[in-house]
Order: sequence, then structure tokens, then C-alpha cells
Amino acid sequence: MHEYSLVRALADRVLDEARARQATAVHRLAVRIGALSGVEPELFATAFTLCREGLLSGAELDIRRSEAAWACPQCGERIPAGSALRCVGCDRPARLVSGDEILLERIEMEVP
Amino acid sequence: MCDTCGCGDMRIVSLEVQDRILAANDRTAAHNREHFVERGVFAVNLMGSPGSGKTAVLEATARALGARSRLGAIAGDLETDRDAERLRAAGVPAASITTGSACHLDAEMVHRALHGFPWRELDYLFVENVGNLVCPAVYDLGQAVNVVALSVTEGEDKPLKYPVMFRKADLVLLTKVDLLPHLELRIPELEEALGRVMPQPALLRVSARTGEGVGGWVSWLETRRRGLGRAMIAATGEGVRRETP
Repeated sequence: MHEYSLVRALADRVLDEARARQATAVHRLAVRIGALSGVEPELFATAFTLCREGLLSGAELDIRRSEAAWACPQCGERIPAGSALRCVGCDRPARLVSGDEILLERIEMEVP
Repeated sequence: MCDTCGCGDMRIVSLEVQDRILAANDRTAAHNREHFVERGVFAVNLMGSPGSGKTAVLEATARALGARSRLGAIAGDLETDRDAERLRAAGVPAASITTGSACHLDAEMVHRALHGFPWRELDYLFVENVGNLVCPAVYDLGQAVNVVALSVTEGEDKPLKYPVMFRKADLVLLTKVDLLPHLELRIPELEEALGRVMPQPALLRVSARTGEGVGGWVSWLETRRRGLGRAMIAATGEGVRRETP
């Protein structure tokens, strides 16, 4: 269960930002978690609920999921996740275009 | 303060960040990687399930490569020093990272373990990760390559069940192949499954017990390390001196 350590990394990052702006509370965080990031959104949300304190104690968490998207690096043809990861036309290995992100996208906070 | 009338009310700001949550780990990993490349140390992050044969592969590697190259290892373990003890017994200088309840190694743990460990003298540093097919895949440690040990008893569909781990692999070592006569593992199905999660599937069959395939694994390591040497020459003057002593 690495979701707890990820939530701690998230909290550190957000608290740095909140302190720099003398925020009195953080209201909402938006994160994006890719299907191939190795993170379970449900576990991440649970870990967040259990770990939030201080400036974060009332913060809501929005999680946006992104699907895995593969494409041929040569011709750009999309290659569906779950199929052989090779472009039939160009005989090139597919490249992951998105789906491995673990991103903090937005912080909403109350500032003086 | 409220911008409109200066009444002293708090206001809510929305800050666009778009920042990787693991940015701090990634910075430490980049720092580790820079050290390894500078010193010509080829770092291997060896991952796999508990019991997949990671330590046995390293023992076999020591027998095959130990005479001509300097090997070292850092072994992540939840509670014990046993893997590092086995590696030291095989002649490989080894340190332990006891993670307690943490299911993976991160770049900072590896960085701390390097202090007091003679890693600068090595040609190869093997980081034996905690036995787990999920969490270790998420954390960059600063390695040159990711290798996943998958034992023949684990089944053909393992790659499909753990796509994150196998996507990150540069090489999959199919371990314990001396047991194949006793099993019904369909290797073409395993290869097909790998092709669905790993863009450039690479599978080598090894047996640490009989030594089968270990030569191929060691050549793979040596070829990859020479690739690192070329990158080093391009990047630093020191690389040139080390490559042409």
C-alpha cells in the first residue's frame, strides 16, 4: 500500500504552497491518476481522508482518472490498451501517450 | 483581503499546479542516477514477487560475473537482513534496507543506503527491491534498467494482472526454468501476454540452480552497461578516461 506515502508527498507539496501564500485553509485539491500509474484511486481517497490534518483538515479531494493511451511513435496511429503494443503498419513498439500520471492539478485555498 | 472593498474577508484562490506528486522522489532519483552515471556504475532495479528468485538470480550472477566485474547489492527487506547475508556469502558486498511496513523502496532510501557503502568502486549495483509486483513499480530509484524476475510457477497471465510493473520492465527474467518439466506453463502464452503490456517485450529464461541461461543474462547486462559507457563518454570527460584506461 504505497497510497499512504503518496498522500504524504501530496500533503507536503500542498502545505508548502499554502504556507507560502499564508493560506488559512485548503478547501479542495484536484488530482489526476492514470490507469497505468500503479495507484488505486479508491485507496488514495481513503488514505487522504485518514491523513488530512491542520490546514488540510477540511479539504475535499477530486480525483480525475485518465485511461491508458498508446500510439505509434512513427505514424501516430492509436493502439488500443490491451492489444499487442506494436504498430502493425510501421512495425514499431507503441509509446504510452498518457495514463501513467500521478498529478496534482489544482489547489483551492483561502488566503487573506 | 477582499479585493473589491478591502473589508478583511478571506478569499478563495484556485491555483493551477500540474505537478507530479512524486516530484521530490524523482529529484532524488535523478540525483542518484547522476552519481551512478558519473562513476560508471550500472544500477539495476531488480523487482518481482516474494519468492520469485531475485536473490538466487543475484547469487548466480555473482558466480558468472563476479570474477571479471565488481558487483555490489542493496537489498530491501521488510524485516530481516537475510537477503544481504546470502549475497555477502556469495562474495557480493551487500547492504540491507529494512523497510519495516513499507512495501517498496524509494529514491531517498537508496540514497541513504549509499552512504557508507562502497558503491563508487562498483561496475554493477543491484538494488533488490521488496518482493511485491505493485508498489515498487511506482518509484524511480535512479536505476539504469528495471528487471523483473518472474518464476515459472507464477502463471502465464501474471503480466496482464500487473501491467504497471511489466510496462516498466526493460527485461523479464523467467526464473526457475529447471522446474519446467514438472509444470504446464505455456511460454508462448506468457510471451503473448507480455506483448500486451510491454512495448518491447524481452524475456530471458534462467535457472539459478543449474546455471541455464545465466550466460545470456550476464551478456545482456554487459551489453547494456557498454551502452551506458557510451552515454558517459558523450556526457563527461571522466567517462572517456574510464573507458580507455
